[in-house]
Amino acid sequence: MCLAVPFRLTKVDGVNAVGEKDGVTRDIRVDFLRDPKVGDYVVCHAGFAIERLDAAQAQADLDAWNELEEALATL
Amino acid sequence: MEVCGTHTMAIAKAGIRSLLPPDVELISGPGCPVCVTDQSEIDAILRLSEERNVILATYGDMVRVPGSAAGDSLAARSAKGARVRVVYSPIDALGIARENPDAEIVFLGVGFETTAPGTAAFVKAAKESGLPNVSCLSLLKTCEPVLRALIAEPDFRVDGFLLPGHVSTILGEDGFRFLPEEFGIPAVIGGFEPEDIIVALTRLIRQIRNGEAKIENEYRRAVRPEGNPLARRMIEAVFEPEDSLWRGIGRIPKSGLAIRKEYETIDAKKRFGLVIRETPEPAGCRCGSVIRGAVSPERCPLFGRICTPEEPVGPCMVSSEGACAAAYKYRPAE
Amino acid sequence: MDDIITLAYGSGGKKTAELIGELLLPAFGNDILGELGDGAILPAEAGERLVMSTDSFVVTPYFFPGGDIGKLSVCGTVNDIAVSGGEPKYLSLAVILEEGIPTEDVRRIVRSIADTAKRARVRIVTGDTKVVEHGKADGIFINTTGIGVLRHPGLSPKAIREGDVVLVSGTVGDHGTCVMLARNENLLRSGIASDCAPLFELTKTLRPLGTDLRVMRDPTRGGVATTLNEFTEGTGLTIELDETAIPVKKEVRSASDILGLDPLYSANEGKILAVVAPERADEALRLLRTVPEGKDAAAIGRVTSSHPGKVVVRTPYGGSRIVIKLAGAQLPRIC
Repeated sequence: MCLAVPFRLTKVDGVNAVGEKDGVTRDIRVDFLRDPKVGDYVVCHAGFAIERLDAAQAQADLDAWNELEEALATL
Repeated sequence: MEVCGTHTMAIAKAGIRSLLPPDVELISGPGCPVCVTDQSEIDAILRLSEERNVILATYGDMVRVPGSAAGDSLAARSAKGARVRVVYSPIDALGIARENPDAEIVFLGVGFETTAPGTAAFVKAAKESGLPNVSCLSLLKTCEPVLRALIAEPDFRVDGFLLPGHVSTILGEDGFRFLPEEFGIPAVIGGFEPEDIIVALTRLIRQIRNGEAKIENEYRRAVRPEGNPLARRMIEAVFEPEDSLWRGIGRIPKSGLAIRKEYETIDAKKRFGLVIRETPEPAGCRCGSVIRGAVSPERCPLFGRICTPEEPVGPCMVSSEGACAAAYKYRPAE
Repeated sequence: MDDIITLAYGSGGKKTAELIGELLLPAFGNDILGELGDGAILPAEAGERLVMSTDSFVVTPYFFPGGDIGKLSVCGTVNDIAVSGGEPKYLSLAVILEEGIPTEDVRRIVRSIADTAKRARVRIVTGDTKVVEHGKADGIFINTTGIGVLRHPGLSPKAIREGDVVLVSGTVGDHGTCVMLARNENLLRSGIASDCAPLFELTKTLRPLGTDLRVMRDPTRGGVATTLNEFTEGTGLTIELDETAIPVKKEVRSASDILGLDPLYSANEGKILAVVAPERADEALRLLRTVPEGKDAAAIGRVTSSHPGKVVVRTPYGGSRIVIKLAGAQLPRIC
C-alpha cells in the first residue's frame, strides 16, 4: 500500500510543486514537507510528497547494497 | 510477518523467500488496503455507483474487486453505464468535479496512513473550494489497531514484524514502539528495494535469534524517528477514529478514520445516507484467513483453480497487492 | 463539407458522394480505387501464395503522441502481414464515424492513413464509410483488411526448437504507456510517444535467415509477456527471459514505476519479437539494426525445456519465477 516513488522538485509554489523523475513530470502537493525547495528529492505517494529523501543516507544505502550484492554473489 | 502489500509484491517478485533460512517462514498479513476493505463496504460502493449522476473517482486498485453478487464489480458496472474514473491522486477528483458540474463526484478514500494525509488534504481543499458536487467516502484504516487485534488472537505465532516503509514515514519509529515495549515483539522498518528488504529481514532475524525486541529502521533515508508530524496533524484535523470492519477479522474498535463534523458536507456517507450492513464473504472464499496470515494463498482451496486473476473470487487475488495475486503472478517456476 | 459529420454523410446520397469525393479519394487516389467499383480487381502474381489479415481499431483518444488511429489502422494490419512473412500490397479501409465528429479531425486521420500507406508502400483499393448516431462509436472506428504476397514461408511457433534465441527489435511498452497517459492528461507529463510504425522493411532484413528464422510476432495487446506465452503454451518448451536485457526507455520505466504498470505487459505497435536459431542470433541482431526501427534490437531470452509451456525469468537471488499472461487491463494503482 506504499507504492511511492522518488521525485525531484523542479518548481515549488506554496503547497503546489512539480516533480520530475527520469523525464516524466507531474504536479504534486508538498503540504507535508517543511520548507520544500527546488532540487529536493521527495517520496511521492498518490500525488503527495510524504517525506524528503535524505540524499546522504540514500548514498550510504547504495554503497552498503553493493557490498550486499558481492556477498550474495558468493552464495 | 510483513504487513504491507507493496512488500508482499516486492518479496514475491525478487524471489526473496528463496534466501531465507529453512527455519524462517515469512507470512503476509493485512497489508493490502483493498483486500482488508470489508465485503459490506465494497457492496456499499457498488450501490453508490447506481445513483443517478454519480461519478466515482477511485484508485485503479478498486476497479475489479468483486462484489457479493457473482461477476459484480465496478468494472462490470462501468460496462453497464456506471461512471467510474480512475485517478492517481485524490486531488484529481476536484478537477473532475469542476469539469462535470451536473454530476456528483465521490472519491473512494481507501488506504492506510500513507494515503490518509493526502486524502485529508483533499477533503479540506474540497470544502474550501465551495464546490457543491464533490464528496469523499472514507474507508481509511489504521495500522496499530489491527496489529493489536492480531496479537490478541489465540493462534498468534509471529516472532517479528517487517514494518511498512511508507506508513512508517508518516508514523515514524515512535508509531510502532508499542510492539517491543508492550509485547516484546521485535520489528524492523524496511524500504522497498529488494536490498532494503533483505537487510531489514536480516536484522529482524538477528533480533529474534538473540532474544532482542526493539524497533530498527532500515529505511532511514525516508523515515525519521518521529515520522512526519505535519502529515499526522492534517490527518487529525480532518479525521477522527471510528470502529471499522476488516475483512476476515471483523469489527476492530477505533481502527478506521471517519470524516469529522466540521467537514461533514464532504462526507459521502452523510450525503448519500450510506448504511454499511455486515455481509458474508463469497462462498468458499478464504481471503479473510489469508489476510490474517492464518492461511497462505497456496493453501486456499480455490487458489489458482477456481480463483485466478482472470476470474477472481475475492480481493486477495484481484488486488494488485493481494497476497494471492502476488503468489499467483510471481509463483516460483520450481 | 460541414464542420461536423452528420448522419446525412452516411445516407448513401449526395453527402456521401461529397465525403468520398472531397475527403477520401484525393487522399488515396490510385487507379484501382479510382474505378470505384463495388469490388477491387487486383493483379495476381503467378504461383505466389497470399497472406491476408484483418484488424479493427477503436483506440481512445484517437490522436496521441507519435500517431493516431489512422496511422495505427495501417500499421496494425500491414505489420500482421509482415510478421507472417508477407509483403503487404493492398488494404481495404472501412470507417464508422460517430455523428458529431469534427470534419477536420476526420481530414487529419485520413491524411495520416494516406501518409502511412505511402510509407508502407500499400495501396488502399476499396473501402466503406458509415455514420452512426451520437454515442454509438467513440468518434471513429476503423477496420482494415490487408492482402500481401508470401515472401518468407515456413514461419510458425511450431518451428521453435530448444536452444533458439528470442530477439526483440527495440524498446518495449512505448505505445501502451503512451495511450494510457494520453487518456488522462492529469496523470503524468512526458515525452513518451507511441512507437507505431510500419515494419515490413524491418522484417525483410531477416529474409537471409530462411528457416533459421522460426517465427515473428508483433507484441500488441498484452505486451511481450503475453505474446511469448502464446509461443510456449501447450508445448514442451520454455522461454527463459533475461529481464535485464529487455530494452525499456527511461521515461517508460519511470512512468510505469509511478503508476504501477509493467512495460512487459504494455502494448507495442512498432516492434517485433523474433525467434531464431542460436548460431544466427548475432547476425539477426546486426540485420535488424540496419534499419531505424530496429536500432535498439536485443537478445532477451532463450528457449529451453526446463518448465514446459511456460515463460520464466531468473530472480536476482537464485531461482526463477513464472511470467504469466496479462489478465484484465493494466490500471494505474497506488498500492
